[in-house]
Amino acid sequence: MVAAASTEGSPLRILGVSKSFPAPGNDAIHNLALDATTLSMTAGELVSVIGPSGCGKSTLLRLIAGLDFPDSGELWVGDDPITGPSAERGLVFQDPNLFPWLTVSRNIQAGLVARGLLQKKRPEVGEFMRLVGLEAFANAYPHHLSGGMAQRVALARALINHPKVLLLDEPLGALDAFTRMRMQDEVLRLWQARRTTMLLVTHDIDEAIYMGDRIVIMTPHPGRIERTIAVTLDRPRQRNSQAFLRLRGEILELLHLAGSAGRNPVGGMSSHIRQDEDTSGIKPDMPGTSQPEISPPASVVSGVAEP
Amino acid sequence: MLQISHQVNVPPQEAKRPVQKPAPNHPAVLKTRLQAILAVPVATLLALAVHVGLSNDEPLPEAHLYSSFLGGILCTAIVAAAVQILWGGLRRWMRKMCPIFAAAILTLCFWELITSDWHWLPLPYFPGPAAVLQSLVSDRALLFDSTWHSLLLLLSGYMLGVIIALITGVCIGWSARMRYWGMPLLKVVGPIPATAWIPLAMVVSPSSTFSAVGLIALAVWFPVAMLTISGIANTRTSYLDVARTLGAGRWYLIFRVAIPAAMPSIFIGLFMGLGTSFLTLVVAETVGVKSGLGWYVSWAQGWAEYGKVFAALIIMAGFFSTIMTLLFKVRDRVLGWQKGVIKW
Repeated sequence: MVAAASTEGSPLRILGVSKSFPAPGNDAIHNLALDATTLSMTAGELVSVIGPSGCGKSTLLRLIAGLDFPDSGELWVGDDPITGPSAERGLVFQDPNLFPWLTVSRNIQAGLVARGLLQKKRPEVGEFMRLVGLEAFANAYPHHLSGGMAQRVALARALINHPKVLLLDEPLGALDAFTRMRMQDEVLRLWQARRTTMLLVTHDIDEAIYMGDRIVIMTPHPGRIERTIAVTLDRPRQRNSQAFLRLRGEILELLHLAGSAGRNPVGGMSSHIRQDEDTSGIKPDMPGTSQPEISPPASVVSGVAEP
Repeated sequence: MLQISHQVNVPPQEAKRPVQKPAPNHPAVLKTRLQAILAVPVATLLALAVHVGLSNDEPLPEAHLYSSFLGGILCTAIVAAAVQILWGGLRRWMRKMCPIFAAAILTLCFWELITSDWHWLPLPYFPGPAAVLQSLVSDRALLFDSTWHSLLLLLSGYMLGVIIALITGVCIGWSARMRYWGMPLLKVVGPIPATAWIPLAMVVSPSSTFSAVGLIALAVWFPVAMLTISGIANTRTSYLDVARTLGAGRWYLIFRVAIPAAMPSIFIGLFMGLGTSFLTLVVAETVGVKSGLGWYVSWAQGWAEYGKVFAALIIMAGFFSTIMTLLFKVRDRVLGWQKGVIKW
């Protein structure tokens, strides 16, 4: 396709990045949210990140977005170090966070207004509205939109800046299953059209496999990358193909191992957090309860995780 | 691709609307409609009967004036009742408004009974509606002039107060350093009622008008500044985060994110400030300024012309509620995006 010719993305390099936060209610204790994490992405790559809550995936995104600063390590987009927030790194949250006082079209053009480019690039507003299929709702206010439509507006708002990297923090997590699957195709279409480098944080294993060129599996306390898996399935992917389901089983297996390994982690600080939280932290995010015939049954998973 | 039918949220009141309504020609509907239309003429006739029955012991000109006033209402009500048969818009409006109009006329009637007829209330202080109407009409030039001066004073004081409050509110709400230095001042000085400054203001300022403007501004400043601060400081951080990843600088964050997000809170402050500004206006006019409705009330009281006092109170009611309504209209416009999000 022509898509590859118009790569907008840049390579992203995360080199030994650590970040800790003071424990709630006690400034003396610091919890290590991210421990010496290293990850490199090529231009136009789509990487899924999965892991239980508290594994540092959102922290990682905030660091890349420049909204937080690492305690140590470096982050680079192309040849530039990340020093703060910038329009070249778009961020879409689980909550679309549309400005409720602006109409759909004004939300989409917010990035242009912020950078003083509205006069020059006004035609692009309509273009992006068409791209996400919301021309008919140009003058609607966000509270009139459904969750899926709002998230499309959020995507268009981030994409209008032509970001080199698009960070997606569980963007489809709040949608119902049908809308979510439709939106996954939507995001893939946008990605294929623009070839933006995308980092997708999700807690849905199927979504991670369906979307990602690679899957990064993270574990909590301290947050670190446990494993990176390349997804070699051809696109468009079949959610029910044998290869897909096999990969899904393997990842569940891995997460299951990660669950029992998490009980005796090496290194890190604040051991009091680890003891009471590592099992409970993993359990609710443990997917695969719907298809026990492929994966190890959920009961087994949590049974091993809980001593 | 879009499935509008299930994706667009239907506002709850829209969904609830088709409550079974009787057909327009249903006897029950005809009856209530007839009741609504007849309510005003019947109430007016009653008031007229009470008035004419009493008018022997009242001076002639004001008795005539009040009779023709009620007569005018009666004629209007009868004409409206005829026109509404052809004009649907008027019919709907009348069905809504007629009961409250009728109640108002019955109140006038009751007022006349307890003052002019039964003498329940001491007379020089509580004149009947006919006397008040007479004062309203005979002194209209001075009343209009007073209203105009009150309006000028109120607007200049309110505007000044709002501008200063918005500036201080945004600065203190946005910047931590400003909050450290500004908040104690606001917390200590703000709660003093503006009217308590009157003795000092009289001494310090060159003219009473000047000090009145300052006092009204001070009265407005505290609530508006307080609620602006709270609105700005409580801006959702995720809005600010999103804006920063869209390339927003400090000015965009303040003027296009924090201030719009704080608008609902700012409007609460504007309403509270308007209330305190009315109070301060009337007090300032009563004690210092030599014009305006507040001055008129105390002047008329000095001459023991209580009909004029009541006339000024009626003007004030209309004047202040009109300004309040205007602010509501402004809010509905500015906060149109909130419709359906917040009930008010």
